[in-house]
Amino acid sequence: MSDEAREAVGDYQFGFHDPENATIRFDKGLSEKVVRDISALKDEPEWMTDIRVKAYHHFMERAMPDWGNCGELNNIDFDNVTYFLRSSDATEKNWDDVPDDIKNTFDRLGIPEAEQKWLGGVTAQYESEAVYHSIREDLEDQGVLFLDMDSGLKEHPEVVKKYFGTVIPYSDNKFSALNTAVWSGGSFIYVPKGVHVEMPVQAYFRINAQNMGQFERTLIIADEGSSIHYVEGCTAPTYSTDSLHSAVVELIAMKGAKIRYSTIQNWSANVYNLVTKRGVAHENATVEWVDGNIGSKLTMKYPSVLLKGEGAHAEVISVAYAGAGQHQDAGAKVHHLAPNTTSSILSKSISKNGGRSSYRGMLQVTPKSHGCRSKIVCDALMLDSTSRSDTYPTMEIGNPTADLEHEASVSKVSGDQLFYLMSRGFTEEEAMGLIVNGFFEPFTRELPMEYAVELNKLLELEMEGSIG
Amino acid sequence: MADEILRVEDLHVSVEDTPILNGMTLTIHRGEIHVVMGRNGAGKSTLASVIMGHPAYEITKGTIHYMGTNIEEMSVFERARAGMFLSFQYPAVIPGVQVGTFLKKSVQSVRDEPLKGRAFRKELNAAMTALDMPKTVLSRYVNDGFSGGEKKRLEILQMLLLKPNLALLDETDSGLDIDALRIVAKGINSVAPQAGCLIITHYQRLLDHVQPHFVHVMIGGVIAQTGGPELALKLEKDGYEWLEATTEA
Ligand SMILES: Nc1ncnc2c1ncn2[C@@H]1O[C@H](COP(=O)(O)OP(=O)(O)OP(=O)(O)O)[C@@H](O)[C@H]1O
Ligand SMILES: [Mg+2]
Repeated sequence: MSDEAREAVGDYQFGFHDPENATIRFDKGLSEKVVRDISALKDEPEWMTDIRVKAYHHFMERAMPDWGNCGELNNIDFDNVTYFLRSSDATEKNWDDVPDDIKNTFDRLGIPEAEQKWLGGVTAQYESEAVYHSIREDLEDQGVLFLDMDSGLKEHPEVVKKYFGTVIPYSDNKFSALNTAVWSGGSFIYVPKGVHVEMPVQAYFRINAQNMGQFERTLIIADEGSSIHYVEGCTAPTYSTDSLHSAVVELIAMKGAKIRYSTIQNWSANVYNLVTKRGVAHENATVEWVDGNIGSKLTMKYPSVLLKGEGAHAEVISVAYAGAGQHQDAGAKVHHLAPNTTSSILSKSISKNGGRSSYRGMLQVTPKSHGCRSKIVCDALMLDSTSRSDTYPTMEIGNPTADLEHEASVSKVSGDQLFYLMSRGFTEEEAMGLIVNGFFEPFTRELPMEYAVELNKLLELEMEGSIG
Repeated sequence: MADEILRVEDLHVSVEDTPILNGMTLTIHRGEIHVVMGRNGAGKSTLASVIMGHPAYEITKGTIHYMGTNIEEMSVFERARAGMFLSFQYPAVIPGVQVGTFLKKSVQSVRDEPLKGRAFRKELNAAMTALDMPKTVLSRYVNDGFSGGEKKRLEILQMLLLKPNLALLDETDSGLDIDALRIVAKGINSVAPQAGCLIITHYQRLLDHVQPHFVHVMIGGVIAQTGGPELALKLEKDGYEWLEATTEA
């Protein structure tokens, strides 16, 4: 922890200061003072403090969404959440406190030295330091800015001020307001004109260098004619002691630029995962979301794209896996706001052991947007008869020239498939695992290799011990 | 012949309380090729499925012994790992799973030993060459969009790789063009001497390439007649009516 932070905490009334661990932890609950103190602690410019405070008031006044899984949403106890936590070396979480099932998953995923990795990525830091630095240098040479959001704000306040909240204003929804009020961490990326970042940029490296918050805020700007592929998250279970994760991700693709944002998240079953992700695509630009959701108690997440410039393209590929007691309410939103814009949405969901997955989609074509094309495919796979899958597609088509395709399917694993695979030596669980991996394949093949391999392993593990 | 592979005794099988097999008896030794013929719906595929352990079929009476052991309690995958193989009349489609991955994992689980990547690839190449299959098949999804003949060839490829003790081939010759029939027959002949073979077919033409030791005719869930290759020729010429007449009498 920095000296300033320690000082700040000294006279902070709601928090406590543990000199041994050098940790700052605010008391549970939210107030304007908490919001102001977070901002003060980070030594932020006044305009950011102002936005936070406005967002806080909006959050307090804003009603809970009256759609989605309202029952679950209303179970969230906002007073029981810690809104800010910072530790000097991220070892504050104790490996012994990590539930056994999560430890086991690490082991079986074959992630070596899981403990060290768990402890804030200490291993990753020293093992990957060289890699991390070479990537950083390579990017820096090209003028790419890649920092955590807090540092981004410190070092490039003018860029952040120009774009922060322009794609997702705090007033967008209750959770974007909450995030704007208390955000911490996340990535800040700026890619200069014409620069193509060839390798996928992985948050992994950065997360391990910084302690990632639960209200992270990410802003990626790809200037004209540039391109970047950002990969966030990993398939190792994200165990969170706090039960609320609410991120905001804003993408801006300028004329002719391309941004691909890939995520796989595997939350522990106590987490509410309520994330707002939106990108803007200007003329001939492309925004792609590759989004995988596994675990959590309730996920509500609909990556969206505003196609603002003529010829812009949106692509959303998402998968969701809902196990026992889980509800994945995921989907995609695409707004065709300019002529000759195109979009493609592929959504795949699996429900098992009574889990529920919902597809919620929005496709809009404004009246002046002629010549638009969109293709939506939603496939649901049910692994048993107690699980549930539903779709809530909404279409607002204001221009008659729009060329739209919409396919939806709900399927079950067939007895014939299982018999066939088992006759080839696979156990029932292995057979299920193959079928599930195959079902997600159109998603998996979009991922960098190591993520794809991890995801497949993880899904195979999910199939174990659950059939009987 | 001492080396008994399969012994089916007085087998009665029902699906959802409908009896389909009504007292099948059949013994197959290593090196023997048995052919089973019979009208549509006679119960041929049921016999093959029940030997392989399909859970939908209920054995109401009788036994199945494989290599001297009663296999009633063995699950499908255990039977596969013990060396039993079924070439499906209608192989299932597994979307998104590449043939190459599938074959490797399958062979690995049946052989129960870690596969050496290079050795396996060599073996796979040889088998595919023998069956005149293009390498592009490996990156396609299992049976997804395959033509009838392509599916059957993939079944035979699996048989060559899994090297079973018992090969149940359910209408593997259906839908094959003349060249493919010859190639598939070659595959069967290469496995047959080391295995017990049960070939279900409607056509005598496969038997121009594969010499059976026994030809059985199934009617109403039992074997109505057993003979040599000449029986298949007679069926080709006269159909099943003469047999049904004698069975009823
Ligand atoms: N799962 C099932 N449910 C209901 N009926 C079944 C089932 N399986 C088989 N049958 C019935 O049992 C009978 C025998 O079917 P089977 O598939 O064994 O015939 P087959 O001799 O292989 O015919 P074909 O030559 O057409 O392949 C048929 O009447 C069929 O409809
Ligand atoms: Mg049949």
